Amino acid sequence: MELHGIGASPLRKEDWPLLRGEGTFIADFKRPGMVHALVVRSPFAHARFRHIDGSAALQARGVIDLITAAELPDRGRPIPTRMFKDEAANRFLQKPLADGEVRYSGEPVALLIAESRYLAEDAAELLSIDYEPLEVVLDPDAGTVAGHLVVERGNIEAAFAQADEVIKEEFRIQRHAATPLETRGLVAEFDAGAQTLTVWGAAKIPHVNRRILAQLLGWEESRIRLVELHVGGGFGARGEFYPEDFLIPFGAMRVGRPVAWIEDREESLRAMNHSREQVHRVELALKADGTFLGLKDTFVNNTGAYVRTHGMTVPGLSISMLPGPYAWPAYRGEYHSVLTNKTPCGTYRSPGRFEVNFVRERLIDIAANRLGIDKVEIRRRNFIHEFPHDTGTLFDEHPVVYDSGDYSLLLDKALEAFDYSGLKRWRAQRSPDGFKRGLGIAFFVEKAGPAEREYARVELTDSGDVTVYTGTVSLGQGMETTLAQVCSTHLGLPFERVTVKHGDTAVIPEGMGSFGSRAAMMGGAAVMGAAVKLRRRLLERAAEELEAAPDDLVLTVDGIAVRGAPSRSVPLPSMSVEDRFVCELLGFPYGIHVAAVEVDTGTGAVGVHRYAVAYDIGRAINPVIVRGQIAGGFAQGLGGVLLEEFAFDANGQPLAASFMDYLLPTSEEVPDIDMLITEDAPSPHNPLGVKGAGEGGTAAVGGAIANAVADALGVEVTQLPLSPKRITELASA
Amino acid sequence: MKPAPFDYDDPRSVDEAIGLLARYGDECKVLAGGQSLVPLMNFRLARPGRLVDINGIESLGQVKVENGRLLLGAMVRHAQVERSNDIAARWPLLHDAIVWVGHSQIRNRGTVGGSVAHADPAAELPCALAALDAKFHVLSRRGPRVLRWDQIFVSEFTTSLAPDELLTAIEVPPQDPSTGVAFVEFARRHGDFALGGAAVSITLARNGTCSDVAVALLSAGPRPVRAEEAERRLKGGQVDEAAIKQASAAAVQGLHPTSDLHGSREYRVKLLQVMTERALTKAVHLATRRAA
Ligand SMILES: Cc1cc2nc3c(=O)[nH]c(=O)nc-3n(C[C@H](O)[C@H](O)[C@H](O)COP(=O)(O)OP(=O)(O)OC[C@H]3O[C@@H](n4cnc5c(N)ncnc54)[C@H](O)[C@@H]3O)c2cc1C
Repeated sequence: MELHGIGASPLRKEDWPLLRGEGTFIADFKRPGMVHALVVRSPFAHARFRHIDGSAALQARGVIDLITAAELPDRGRPIPTRMFKDEAANRFLQKPLADGEVRYSGEPVALLIAESRYLAEDAAELLSIDYEPLEVVLDPDAGTVAGHLVVERGNIEAAFAQADEVIKEEFRIQRHAATPLETRGLVAEFDAGAQTLTVWGAAKIPHVNRRILAQLLGWEESRIRLVELHVGGGFGARGEFYPEDFLIPFGAMRVGRPVAWIEDREESLRAMNHSREQVHRVELALKADGTFLGLKDTFVNNTGAYVRTHGMTVPGLSISMLPGPYAWPAYRGEYHSVLTNKTPCGTYRSPGRFEVNFVRERLIDIAANRLGIDKVEIRRRNFIHEFPHDTGTLFDEHPVVYDSGDYSLLLDKALEAFDYSGLKRWRAQRSPDGFKRGLGIAFFVEKAGPAEREYARVELTDSGDVTVYTGTVSLGQGMETTLAQVCSTHLGLPFERVTVKHGDTAVIPEGMGSFGSRAAMMGGAAVMGAAVKLRRRLLERAAEELEAAPDDLVLTVDGIAVRGAPSRSVPLPSMSVEDRFVCELLGFPYGIHVAAVEVDTGTGAVGVHRYAVAYDIGRAINPVIVRGQIAGGFAQGLGGVLLEEFAFDANGQPLAASFMDYLLPTSEEVPDIDMLITEDAPSPHNPLGVKGAGEGGTAAVGGAIANAVADALGVEVTQLPLSPKRITELASA
Repeated sequence: MKPAPFDYDDPRSVDEAIGLLARYGDECKVLAGGQSLVPLMNFRLARPGRLVDINGIESLGQVKVENGRLLLGAMVRHAQVERSNDIAARWPLLHDAIVWVGHSQIRNRGTVGGSVAHADPAAELPCALAALDAKFHVLSRRGPRVLRWDQIFVSEFTTSLAPDELLTAIEVPPQDPSTGVAFVEFARRHGDFALGGAAVSITLARNGTCSDVAVALLSAGPRPVRAEEAERRLKGGQVDEAAIKQASAAAVQGLHPTSDLHGSREYRVKLLQVMTERALTKAVHLATRRAA
């Protein structure tokens, strides 16, 4: 048995059941007597209704209950925001069921519970709801403002007054979203005797959602248990508290039987958080030599029909991360987060950053073209060099202070590793197929970490088995393996003997969950803390018994012995140690994306010839897992650049209502990519030095591909996605 | 996404199947590979009261060659066509078209009869069959019919099959071995329905002039389109770059492909012209090699 410590890449602990099809996802989970719920959804984007006539539906075969707003406590209490709260936005929170007015196509209006999903769908056709359609608002510039913020530092007027050149541009990013392969699902069961509720199918933030559910029910948290099963991807969207997270447990209490709800794809594409839709009007002031003087951005974030749990997280991250890796003497950002009759929004992998990295890196290329400066040079000339670097902005209540970095060093390493000069030669050669070649580069800073505390407990049995209990959860990213490596390294017992438990509020007292690339940073640091403490206690105790110094002892699964005298030993005791890691400061990993593309102007196809990502994440606990994160993140970024779009018709009806029209990239569309993972700038904020590696693969795909396409076509690209239609229009412009 | 209730029949012979169709007519639908029908039922966009499942009728699953003609039973799976060396050698256009249909999982279940009866204007097989001047064998209690491609395909998702009729076989005439063929299409992703495409089959005389040509367009209108004006211009002449360009421009004159999320009408017309040009160039290249 090996240590498989930090820096090694053992096979993932989670793969054994998953690869053999033996996982338990929510749709695999059954309870005796279980019945099925169907969420009846609005077919209109905006309408009034007075009456839901359920008499025929309630008579239909197999129907058990029909729940409308009238049946809910207080006709439904609003679902609170859990982060980046804005008092003004509290008027726009979503309730579990629409009460008299629907504001997006797909909004829940009733819950039908029947013996099977089939029978529930049959009965739903018998409901009669007197919808009166109302005017539909889709244009973000016409939306009601739910949140507004201005950030200003430095003298922005003076900066623009001194400028030799000002670049002014409007950029648009289309609405797209996480669409995890496994849709949402819940099974809820009420124990009337104990007056307790158990909900399976939790993800991402079980403890946070338990608190919200308790609050909405008016219960103590201790009566509720949330349980995470296997989770087929989250990416920000899955695991937030949605209307169904209240309705399904509530339904289970009403009918007195376990209730299952498995979201189908058609509803998932309308119901789960959308993301990314923004319009930026931005200005860049610079000197003739390419030195940046100031950046001004006014943007609109289309948040859809309601403010959901993320509050102002997405526009908030956009405004604080737009400046990126460059030193700006002056910056002014302003957002309006607006309401329209579309699906409400939340985060999606690299939230806010995918958007602003596209805006900023594209803008810089436009400036470089205008001034005739090399695109790599203009970036290098403006890098931040001193760390920590206070950007003067806040994310939620956290100051955005870049913790560490060496941007020029990474740039040098990346250009060399990816043979950038070779790519430039390739770019200069004619394509045998008559395609146009382009090369694009984009630099980015990511944010990773907090939700400022995390819990861990490490338990050792006298047989040498170790169990780690963590407040972070698994969305498929490999955290069980990663945390086991951290534990193994710091406890000094083999990786194979470590089991990681997570996601059950009955077993784990507290936890902030997994999001924002925080599990390795916060969960890892907490596990390290507990493992170090446990090791110390074990050795101290044994040292007393053996009358030796702790430093002279050797810890193995067989016991604790004096070095060089194996007969002087004691067996392992059972022992358990808890730790909490608290840190309010974020980590800021950074990286570079390089794209070499070929554009077929006949069809509008963009072919990715080569793609490379360099990423400094402070420290890679498991390099293979990190590479997997980057590759997967890139695939999602590529989808966002070329394929995915939630379009709507003029009545607010979704046009991409299935995977026939919402185009996810498949293995055929996603090329292999080159990667360079560096550890030059560990985070000073946690003892592992890690920064979180979940989102850098996504962060700058928009910037890099759009820059490469613009380079190929010789026209400025200002709008995503780069669909065939848009490419042919750009090519003939 | 669960279908509305339906009844189900599982006939074992063509005779039994057409008996059921005669009895239930409009009320029922034939179930072949189910790759188009079942999703429509799950969305409740199709709600047949009864399914007549023809998967159990072995005689419909055969590939035969009779008097040089290819006979494909309606239940022949796309994958059977794809894997047949005989078809690849003697009807290469069919082979080249079928590999564009969806993904291998879809082709393992989907049938040639289903592709024809479903009549999606973006489906490759109907387009290729139009270029190949195929015939369609249809049977009902009222008797057999044989239809040409322009008789069976009426418009989007509509054929001239009556509710009591079963498509039993597709007949493809022999091809001149010196013919050069090409099937070219463009979709946003591998395996998606094409935004536009072209099937070309061209034969060159010894002196390099075009002795025979068929150009059929995919996703170009409510049903497969034969670019007759382009064919007329090419026939009898030298097929050089200029001729190909001219013919491709002629091919898209007056076309009205649908406009949707993935491509406007203007985009699709341009795309079809590019596809025709590329298909002609490729087919001519092959025909030149074969003629030599
Ligand atoms: C993800 C996906 C991608 C796809 N991509 C493509 C693609 O790129 N190109 C393409 O061409 N197709 C594509 N398809 C469709 C696929 O090829 C279908 O299989 C085909 O269109 C229908 O064949 P089927 O055997 O599945 O027919 P079914 O779905 O069983 O039937 C389709 C229709 O034809 C009728 N029918 C079937 N057989 C007969 C018969 N013998 N006589 C009378 N009526 C009959 C049925 O009643 C029904 O109305 C795709 C499907 C999927 C799910």
